[in-house]
Amino acid sequence: MGWIKEHPVLEFSHKKKVKFVFDGKDLEGYEGEPIAAALHANGVTTYRKTKRMDRDRGFFCAIGKCSSCFMVVDGVPNVRTCVTALKEGMNVETQHGDGQVALLDERKRR
Amino acid sequence: MTKDEKLFNSGVLTQSRPGAELPPTELWNKKKNGLVIIECPQQIPCNPCYSSCPTGAVLPFNKIIDVPRIDYTKCIGCSLCVATCPGLACFVVDLTYGSEEEALMKLPYEMLPRPEIGEQVNCLNRIGEVVAQGKVVDINEPRKDCTLVVHVVVPNDLVNEIRAVRVVK
Amino acid sequence: MRETELLVVGGGPAGLSAAVEAASHGCEVMVVDSDLALGGQLIKQTHKFFGSESERAGTRGFKIAEILLDELGQLKGKVEVLTNTTAESYYRGDGVVGCMTDEDNYWFVKPKKIVNATGASEKILPFPNNDLPGVYGAGAIQTLMNVYGVVPGKKVLMVGAGNIGLVVSYQLLQAGVDVVGIVEFLPNISGYWVHAAKVRRLGVPVLLKHTITRAIGENKVEGAYIQAVDDNNQLMGEPQKIDCDIICMSVGLSPTVDLLWQAGCKMMYVPELCGYVARRDNQMRTSNADIWAAGDAHGIEEASAAMVEGRIAGLGAAHSLDHVDRVQFGERLGMFWQRLDNLRAGATGEKIRCGVGKCTCQAWEVD
Repeated sequence: MGWIKEHPVLEFSHKKKVKFVFDGKDLEGYEGEPIAAALHANGVTTYRKTKRMDRDRGFFCAIGKCSSCFMVVDGVPNVRTCVTALKEGMNVETQHGDGQVALLDERKRR
Repeated sequence: MTKDEKLFNSGVLTQSRPGAELPPTELWNKKKNGLVIIECPQQIPCNPCYSSCPTGAVLPFNKIIDVPRIDYTKCIGCSLCVATCPGLACFVVDLTYGSEEEALMKLPYEMLPRPEIGEQVNCLNRIGEVVAQGKVVDINEPRKDCTLVVHVVVPNDLVNEIRAVRVVK
Repeated sequence: MRETELLVVGGGPAGLSAAVEAASHGCEVMVVDSDLALGGQLIKQTHKFFGSESERAGTRGFKIAEILLDELGQLKGKVEVLTNTTAESYYRGDGVVGCMTDEDNYWFVKPKKIVNATGASEKILPFPNNDLPGVYGAGAIQTLMNVYGVVPGKKVLMVGAGNIGLVVSYQLLQAGVDVVGIVEFLPNISGYWVHAAKVRRLGVPVLLKHTITRAIGENKVEGAYIQAVDDNNQLMGEPQKIDCDIICMSVGLSPTVDLLWQAGCKMMYVPELCGYVARRDNQMRTSNADIWAAGDAHGIEEASAAMVEGRIAGLGAAHSLDHVDRVQFGERLGMFWQRLDNLRAGATGEKIRCGVGKCTCQAWEVD
């Protein structure tokens, strides 16, 4: 999908481009902007799979209210990617079902 | 619902009505620089056409939901309302411009690509059909707020149809 | 535990206005907003606002947000802003509010007063495959496109011809995205006629008495079926296949009132305001004497009205904390109500007038 290059009314002031990993693939997005927006710009539309029906879920409300865009970010499941800022080197994964909460000490080790 | 009602209910003007009337023909034919046409037939709380008019041609509103009324003798075709109207519902038509068959329209424009002076553009009617080619002779941005007023020469028998331009690069 | 005089929940048009109003009278204000940036829906609006000069008519929505943020910036000493922070809980016993910053930092604040300006959330229609990625809320499209500059898709089917559906269609065209059509269940557009005229003359079809019946696609939207409805609202004729990769839902919003329920405010279902709202007096105070409600959180309306409601709530809260004297309070309240009445005048404001009338009470027995 990509980013808007030119707009008749708006000017976009993106911060610096950063690299992040989505399901093992290297992608680029703008620092400080929502993870979900960066994924969408990279053409990724499925952010999680539902528990019972294995249905695709993606972007929907963009304001952290609907839970459609939950993903596993740096090992933490159920992160609202539409309101979570992208950082350099983040590891973003498609969430399957409820997601597995890593034990606290496991997280620390990572 | 008649076909006309259906069109109007979807945002297409089909006949003149309060808030969307044409200027008187006699005055219009000879008024240099043109007269404004406002197509704002619904009572909504809005009055920048009145507050932006430098000559008092758009008459004072009794209530803010009034549809605009115009004293055409005062309109100087300056197009400040064209640039200001939040509904992009103001258009200036100068019937004295150019040859017998030509007229000049001053239309609001907020899209890309930006037109250039001298360029041919598609002239669109109220449902977006291309009804003519027009030549852009001037472009300005009175409010410096990204709403352009595009001056385009059109066939004068189409001034009651053309309401937008599309730039095709 | 943190403390503040006034906690404003939500930094959109109503919340920012409440914060600016209250702080300008000397009130100490904390604004929390769940988003990464302040401004709510206002920063997504590229169109010029309606109204009169006092409502900044003729100025684009995102510019109005800039003006409000600027005013807020000038009151820096009085206002603290916390973004990426959701006010999640209200403890009735002591009026403490629990807030979550990021995904895991939970903390408490004890405000003397609260303005709830939490806005609204989008509704969706039931139809097969309405859960496919590519079926997006209109507000979400605006966020993606107008805040973060991401191209939302190639071809959009818009569902609903209220002001949001019409405005977002126009914004999509501005971003270079094709709008293949707008379907509207009603026999007329319900947004402003001039908004419809704007997209019609750029060639966007508006299909009245039509609805979406199915989204097509396996893992994402690859098309849609739409169909006409008859005068009894029953489907008629053959379904028509539409080629699109985005289905944009603009079928209404419902007020976000979770905190108000938790706080035990007297609530009321008001269809004209699009959901449950708190009963209020004329200064936007709820039955909980410490809580005011303003903006879309008290009924779906235009942002211009939300800003005036926010002003009133901020004024009311500041007055209750003795930052505004009685005379000034009365004068400003009257002025704001006059502006609000103007915005709600006429046929387009009838629904909102009726709704507000139903849930407004003369005065609570407080103070």
